[in-house]
Amino acid sequence: MSEATVSTGFNPADPESRRRLMAGVDAVPGSAKPDAILKVDNITRAFGGMTAVDVDHLEVQRGVITALIGPNGAGKTTFFNLITGFDKPSSAGSGAHWSFQGKTLDKTSASSVARSGMVRTFQLTKALNRMTVLDNMMLGARDQSGENLLKCCFKPLWSGQEKDIEVRAKDLLQRFKLLEKKDDYAGSLSGGQRKLLEMARALMSEPTMIMLDEPMAGVNPALTQSLLGHIQALRDDGMTVLFVEHDMHMVRHISDWVVVMAEGKIVAEGAADVVMSDPAVIDAYLGAHHDADLGDDSLMTEETMAQLAREARIEEGTSNE
Amino acid sequence: MTTDTATAATLEETKTPRSPLQEGLIVAGAVVAGLVLLWVVGEFAPGAMGSIARGMMREAISPQTAAVAIAVIGLNIHFGFTGLLNIGQAGFMLLGAYGFAISIRSGVPLIPAVIIGLLAGVVFALILGVPTLKLRGDYLAIVTISAAEIIRYVGRSSLLTEWTGAAQGLQGKTYRDPFTDLSFFGDGEFSIGFLSYQMTGVNGWWVRFVGWSLVALCVLITFLLVRSPWGRLLRGIREDEAAILSLGKNAFAVKMQALVIGGALGALGGIVYVLPASVQPDAMGRSLTFFAWTALLLGGAATIFGPVLGSILFFAARIFIKGTADAVVPDSLMNSQQTEQFSWIVVGVALMLLVIFRPQGVLGDKRELRFNV
Repeated sequence: MSEATVSTGFNPADPESRRRLMAGVDAVPGSAKPDAILKVDNITRAFGGMTAVDVDHLEVQRGVITALIGPNGAGKTTFFNLITGFDKPSSAGSGAHWSFQGKTLDKTSASSVARSGMVRTFQLTKALNRMTVLDNMMLGARDQSGENLLKCCFKPLWSGQEKDIEVRAKDLLQRFKLLEKKDDYAGSLSGGQRKLLEMARALMSEPTMIMLDEPMAGVNPALTQSLLGHIQALRDDGMTVLFVEHDMHMVRHISDWVVVMAEGKIVAEGAADVVMSDPAVIDAYLGAHHDADLGDDSLMTEETMAQLAREARIEEGTSNE
Repeated sequence: MTTDTATAATLEETKTPRSPLQEGLIVAGAVVAGLVLLWVVGEFAPGAMGSIARGMMREAISPQTAAVAIAVIGLNIHFGFTGLLNIGQAGFMLLGAYGFAISIRSGVPLIPAVIIGLLAGVVFALILGVPTLKLRGDYLAIVTISAAEIIRYVGRSSLLTEWTGAAQGLQGKTYRDPFTDLSFFGDGEFSIGFLSYQMTGVNGWWVRFVGWSLVALCVLITFLLVRSPWGRLLRGIREDEAAILSLGKNAFAVKMQALVIGGALGALGGIVYVLPASVQPDAMGRSLTFFAWTALLLGGAATIFGPVLGSILFFAARIFIKGTADAVVPDSLMNSQQTEQFSWIVVGVALMLLVIFRPQGVLGDKRELRFNV
């Protein structure tokens, strides 16, 4: 991976380098990227008569953070499921094609996708409740010889590797502020802590690309800050990040590129500030007042409130028709 | 719901979990103490009390209790550690017994015959696993319970009388000799108080010694398996298979391995089960599967020693219930045949109460309790 980045003169840790790289990309749906790690073509998924995902073409740039945003029901999670092998596209066999690092994934099982270096987390967190936090983490490590049935009965064959994995697991737990919980059952963690655990566990497998499905949902603000730092640090180390998130603050703050989905299709692509000023995106997803901080009283001026009330009345009127 | 229970349980029990060695010592100590107590009561107490204790003692150390314990250890690998719902463990036992007995009757030597019995369980596991393990867990439950019944009905079929003896089964004396000939215990009768058996006879000390040694061996194997990263993988699959897939593990292969190992242990249990008796297809039907489940839940699923403790407690407790009912209830209300049935009813009620009030069993860690429906 580092070879590819060197050859293009791109340094993921340098914001200016990232900005220059992405500035050369057209801000149109399905635009080509200079060094796409993931390429998706003609992938559709229909549930009965409803088409949840209908993506003609999408490329994800290597070494940057790409955000996938869109309203509820836009098909973001289904899209994740499809490309990670957890679901099969309806268009399988009729033009659906996607590849990761040049490796075709059309018929690859979920576990093989993960082994090829593309590891995901889930929107509904999948912490392994009745296992300790440390066991959760250690499951994440790849290529464990002790997971082979023939070798597992002989401890000397795997105890060395086990120690290394434990060191790495504790190190990651430390970074995610979960180290003191290592002997607790994962089921006793709070929702936000489970999100952290799931992300840390995914990192145990040392992925090339990590796909986070709403990593910040339910995580408190202070922790969100440090989590953002972690994600940026991963990117700076050369990892590719694709994440689904509704928190626009986070999207704006850390993403180098934003992809917008609505009703199963990619409707916009571009740098965060470009996309967020796109009238189509505002209309479909953000809403006219996406910049107003509803929690901040200073913004609740009489004019704003009056305006909001007027709009509410108009919407009520239209919905009554 | 699950989360809430788990959280509450963690707050409740902050003590550190016991290590397997500690647990083993506690269980071994408790079992030995219980047996000594039974022996003393059986030897010296007068009347009904003594006879109940003698019955419980005989049942507790019986080779068939050991056989069921082995099958329950296999079931524990299925359900306790991997979360596979096998409701047909008796089918594995019956196949093991047929494989062993028919081989010996056809002139196969002892060790290859045992291996054939185990292979019968392995092949059965593969046949059941291939179509069902990619589906949701319930399907394995449905398939195992029906497949076990199919095995029993095929065994009973008069078309196979020459091989399986049909409903009559195979008499023990036709396949047991190569096993009893191996005994190095010598001849004659040996008694420890009221426990008096032939050294090498049909149902003697030799088969007890071998049966319980095999139980110990199976416990050791379970311990080695589940403490390893492979065992961690099993528990991960039990908790959430999709999460395991997302970490790049081949969950199907691991589930298949667990199903095969547990099935082979079931077959081994079946072989031990028929050594002191005969191969009777109806003795290894649905009810034996449910006894195995009761013993597993009683002892504690997902523990190392739970299956052994559960099996001993289950069979001894049933004798206690029957003996007490015989002694207390006059014959005009319940004769001894009816108390036999009554004892099974009590066992069923006990299973329900167990699942409701102590789902983790005697040894289970409440924080890791299995009942998560």
